[in-house]
Amino acid sequence: MSLELFIQTVVNATYAASYMALIAVGLVLIFGVMGVINFAHGELYMAGAYAVVALYAGLGLPFFLAVFAGLIFVGLLGLLMEYTMFRPLRDNPLGGLIASIGFLLILQTVAVLGFGVRMEHVPPSTQSKIVLSNGVVLTYERLYVVVAAVVLLTALWLFLRKSKFGRALRACAQDREAAALQGMSINNTARLAMFIGAALAGVAGALTAPLVSPTPYMGHPVIITAFIIIIVGGVGSLEGAVLAAILYAFVSTFVTTIYDGTLANIVGLLLMLAVLIVKPTGLFGAKERA
Amino acid sequence: MPERTATPHLAWLIGAVLLTAALIFLPYALSLSQQEILVLLVINVLLVSSYRLLTLTGEWSLAHVVIMGVGAYASALVSKDLSVPVPVAMLIGAATAGLVAFLLSFPLFRMKGFYFLIGSFAAGEIIRLLWKWTDLTWLFGGPKGIKLIPPFPDIKLFSIDIDFYNPVNYYYLCLIVVTASLVVLYRVERSRIGLTFHAIHWQDKLAESVGVDTFRYRTLAFVISSFFAGLAGALYAHYIGTVSPTRFDVEEMVYVLIWAIVGGTATFYGPILGVVVLTILNEVVLRALGVDEMRPMLYGALLILSILFLPNGLESLVPKIKGWFAGRKRAVEDARAEAEQPAE
Repeated sequence: MSLELFIQTVVNATYAASYMALIAVGLVLIFGVMGVINFAHGELYMAGAYAVVALYAGLGLPFFLAVFAGLIFVGLLGLLMEYTMFRPLRDNPLGGLIASIGFLLILQTVAVLGFGVRMEHVPPSTQSKIVLSNGVVLTYERLYVVVAAVVLLTALWLFLRKSKFGRALRACAQDREAAALQGMSINNTARLAMFIGAALAGVAGALTAPLVSPTPYMGHPVIITAFIIIIVGGVGSLEGAVLAAILYAFVSTFVTTIYDGTLANIVGLLLMLAVLIVKPTGLFGAKERA
Repeated sequence: MPERTATPHLAWLIGAVLLTAALIFLPYALSLSQQEILVLLVINVLLVSSYRLLTLTGEWSLAHVVIMGVGAYASALVSKDLSVPVPVAMLIGAATAGLVAFLLSFPLFRMKGFYFLIGSFAAGEIIRLLWKWTDLTWLFGGPKGIKLIPPFPDIKLFSIDIDFYNPVNYYYLCLIVVTASLVVLYRVERSRIGLTFHAIHWQDKLAESVGVDTFRYRTLAFVISSFFAGLAGALYAHYIGTVSPTRFDVEEMVYVLIWAIVGGTATFYGPILGVVVLTILNEVVLRALGVDEMRPMLYGALLILSILFLPNGLESLVPKIKGWFAGRKRAVEDARAEAEQPAE
């Protein structure tokens, strides 16, 4: 492996880690507060990508306006899920998970009916790229994803640590009943968590839409990756999800570059099984959630 | 908990005879394409019933359809590449599925609940990726899978020639195999082993404290249920003639979950009720509406609605309907008694 290829692979892995972290953190946040594994999370990512397909590629709106609309739209989808499914099923986590599988099928079918099953082509949002002296390329499109991940996840971290809402959210994640007894509204914190968690997946889908050719089934590999990441990182840990996303992205990108994609997937899944067997709480999993 | 064994009396006997007769004559009332769906329905009954045995221990696997695929692939490979007779190959397929489940149980049963669910999902995906992997195309045929699987051989007995290319005959074969399998599954559930499965589900710590090796019983449930899933896969492979990795993907697993949950898993007949009702709904109502593309959405909506409003499944309606009939009979008798009472 030449030095150029090595640096290029590191750059690619950084990009992959960024959007995986956005998706996985949203999934962990929802699990932490709602106690439900959201199987439809990959389809929320898909919905974000299709918002860009419709508004940017279809109507010709500015790219970042479309991304912002995607963020809001997918956040609202999260609120819809909370209101129709997760709230009535609050005492039945397996039921919530199964209902989210139903929601996944609905979102997929809506995308098929609205846009067809074929791949969508999204024109590049910009042609600019950074070329390093030794030929390593970082396109602006990928840079946007990296910057968005760093900015949004830092903002989320500050929000959870410093703001009153954030503290209420963490309190609910730790002990719902005790939080309710202190006068925190469980419904409000649940709404907030669902909106943020879904919107993070939506923004990841919206920003990567020009890079991945959206299809209605693009959520499937994404949810598998997200599961691997949250298991490796520890199901309740936001920091663990970020670190695991970086670890997984580097392993996966390097194996793909050196061997092939299928082997990379197998290695990722074996990594997860190994973690589950040795330390089911995850590499960075603490007892504390969110 | 398992309900008490009802004492068989005349009504049950008549019901059983009528059901048998209906099952025997059913294919003649159907069109060719409906007969083909009927064969798949019988195979799916075995798939979902075997799944229920695992859920008795309280664990929900997402690998069951992949395990079915293991049976299908193994049976297809040994009959095609090694020229093993198809009936033997089917048993080898089922046994391979059981063996794979046995090996998977070592990592998987270190987990419970969500972790088991996701762990089984990952294990299933690894198996599917191996089927797809280009480096193993010489064995599993890559993404396109295995084609031209030998069909079930004709039975020539004196002047009778049973051709299993005909879906009606294959339906009878499946009916016999599946009925025998259901009897075994039922006996297992009612045996001491089955009661132990229930005990592990509801009180695993208590079961352990009285000396039950929960790991071994979980493994046993997983292996038995996988054996019959593999048998269902083998029946499928030699009927359709091709198997591919996409046939056993997570979407198919979602359908098994839907059948089990809409039907309910508390009773033996719940999942069977689920798969039969939903298949009829699917083939008769949805086909008549001509909304093939919308099918996953309708299934999804059905899944959500049944979780929200019918959390115990269709089976929970059965006692209600029975009670309604009994109540009506009583009401009629009361009314008659009242009418016969001379007005004073």
